[in-house]
Amino acid sequence: MKKIYMDYNATTPLHPDVLDAMLPFLRGNFGNPSSIHWAGRDVKKYIEASREKVANLLNGDPSEIVFTGGGSESDNLAIKGAAFALREKGNHIITTQVEHPAVLNTCEYMEELGYEVTYLPVDHEGMIDLDELRASITNRTILLSIMYGNNETGTIFPIEEIGRIASDRGILFHTDAVQAVGKTSMDVKTLNIDLLSLSGHKLYGPKGVGSLYVKKGTRLTPLIHGGHQEGGKRAGTENTPGIVGLGKACEIANGDMEFQSGYLTKLRERLHEGIMEKLDHVVLNGHPEKRLPNTLNLSFKFVEGEALLIHLDLEGIAVSTGSACSSGSMAPSPVLTAMGIPPEVAQGSIRFTLGRDNTEEDIQHTVDVLPNIVSKLRSMSPTYPGKRNELG
Amino acid sequence: MSNREKQRVVVSMSGGVDSSVATALLTDRGYEVVGVSMQLPDYYSGEHKELGSYSFSDNISHARAVADKLNIPFYVVNLEDEFEKKVVNYFVSGYMKGKTPNPCVMCNQKLKFGVILAKALELRADYLATGHHARIAWDDSRRRYLLLKGVDPNKDQSYFLFTLRQEELRRLIFPIGDLVKNDVRKIAGDLGLGVADRKESQEICFVPDNDYRRFIAERIGTDRCKSGNIVNSEGEILGRHNGIYKFTIGQRKGLGIPASHPYYVLGFDLEKNNVVIGRDEDLLSEGLIAEDINWILSPGSKSEITVSFKVRYRSKEAKATIRPQDDGNVLLAFHTPQRAITPGQAVVFYDGDVVIGGGWIRESI
Repeated sequence: MKKIYMDYNATTPLHPDVLDAMLPFLRGNFGNPSSIHWAGRDVKKYIEASREKVANLLNGDPSEIVFTGGGSESDNLAIKGAAFALREKGNHIITTQVEHPAVLNTCEYMEELGYEVTYLPVDHEGMIDLDELRASITNRTILLSIMYGNNETGTIFPIEEIGRIASDRGILFHTDAVQAVGKTSMDVKTLNIDLLSLSGHKLYGPKGVGSLYVKKGTRLTPLIHGGHQEGGKRAGTENTPGIVGLGKACEIANGDMEFQSGYLTKLRERLHEGIMEKLDHVVLNGHPEKRLPNTLNLSFKFVEGEALLIHLDLEGIAVSTGSACSSGSMAPSPVLTAMGIPPEVAQGSIRFTLGRDNTEEDIQHTVDVLPNIVSKLRSMSPTYPGKRNELG
Repeated sequence: MSNREKQRVVVSMSGGVDSSVATALLTDRGYEVVGVSMQLPDYYSGEHKELGSYSFSDNISHARAVADKLNIPFYVVNLEDEFEKKVVNYFVSGYMKGKTPNPCVMCNQKLKFGVILAKALELRADYLATGHHARIAWDDSRRRYLLLKGVDPNKDQSYFLFTLRQEELRRLIFPIGDLVKNDVRKIAGDLGLGVADRKESQEICFVPDNDYRRFIAERIGTDRCKSGNIVNSEGEILGRHNGIYKFTIGQRKGLGIPASHPYYVLGFDLEKNNVVIGRDEDLLSEGLIAEDINWILSPGSKSEITVSFKVRYRSKEAKATIRPQDDGNVLLAFHTPQRAITPGQAVVFYDGDVVIGGGWIRESI
């Protein structure tokens, strides 16, 4: 059976060049980068080269890159680290209702610690209202944590405007850019971003490594205390192979992002059109234009997304419903719920997220297989209005 | 999609030895096998964590490991709400009404052969398989599927399956029904499934410490545990109780009434919230009325038939005459008096190994 992977927002395979870059550090090049001797120096220079590669992708300075254990840790470090450091200044954090759990659950924890959190609502396309953001800022507000691109719908928030609002009011701006880095170009300087999270395994790098961009001069209380690594912001001997892999992944993304973005948009639109041509009662979840180039979230009405996912899996096609972290739970996606999508429509949602290894044949095969499954599932659904509408 | 050569079987995997071996046998027989496990609420958290033999999430990990070992796809179906509504609530409310509910039958009927079977058909499976010790056979002369006991007399679970109807039986496979438990364990060991030595599941899977009185008290809250009188058959008050859910018919312990002869619970007066007690011999009855009857092998005309029957999973079979009533219920006249008939339990009728049918006990007579 042909296996097709369309779940790149969950994770990506390692790019072969990334693996090649990492291998020397899993074999011979073992030194501790903090060591003064040759073994340490041999490794240290690669860590710093990686830092530069990550910085280049964001147009930041290498000294502003902190390597972490992944996207979730970066989000935790940004939110907790900034909020702890600014405790005397204020206790109010603004985020959105559609953030990744790494941000949402961290914010809920901050509430337990006595911070106040505003969760901005979104409209039916998953977009926040900037006036509402402005109105929720108080003189106690210390941090905005607003994601770049949504992991489920791909909706891209107006980061430039948010950055301007934050810098005008002198508030720190953190963005969880885990899904956006490598898919769309970004410049932390023009966007006025103070803190930016990214993750290795979402851009063809290794799992277990990520980084936090920390704008020069930003006060941050570390989560992990210990040695002086990462400018005192993240103790612990560096994950050298991971960091080198992340650097290589960022370098590759920097090189062909424009091409990839165009290619994925084309494939995605083909998939979308192919499905719409064959099926009625399919709706797009997310913003029609302001969206990550690889993400297509569709609700197939009168179908349970979970059943459709399993059918596709048994046909070798890997997709997801909601975010992978919440699999095994039947509740409709909180992101789609926040968008005001009715539960029966949200239940039928499937997320296709494409990546560099997808081909036109993959898309064609999916378009050939999927409508058949949907029609069969609908024919078993008691609520499906039936053939009349299918033809009309 | 329609050019599947293999028949697809969804197997309900609990992580135990029986369903694991059932799964292995099916892959051997050349089916395309898909494993599913039910995700049930976590009743093993907090202070009861150490009490139960297995938590449900433990069971799912074992099931997943077996599926991985057999290289079949595996999915978890979230049935937390359904389990609460259809099994646990039924269980609690049964005891509150002075009955002795049977949650395993209910779980089989509503979840395994309800929701999971529907899921399997939705996945276009040809069959659903489980690890029950029971057998299914096609009776060509009667044009019906029959339900038979599993060949291991100590493990036979046909009692829990009496609700099965023809449209369910035709879709079911019980791969280990013709094996004795020792052979099942041996196969599990030989295949290295890692489950051969797993303990048997406990009596009520969602009550980790088997203390169902505690479980009910925690669920309903103490304010709803209405106290009342303990009386004899004449209505004479002999003592007090603090909640009828703490008693089942035939129970001797926990009455707290000093007497030269031991007292036993005979029944309940729900209007007065009384527990009625008496002597051992008062527990004997001549027959029972059962309702919600499911006939797997229809008795046809209303004439009386003699059957073997069981009134509890672990009770010995006895003989009785079935007299179908006009209202669809059944009167079962025992050939010898039976002790402690408990309304709410299932009664299942047998002819040798064949399950004729069964129903829910409404009252003893």
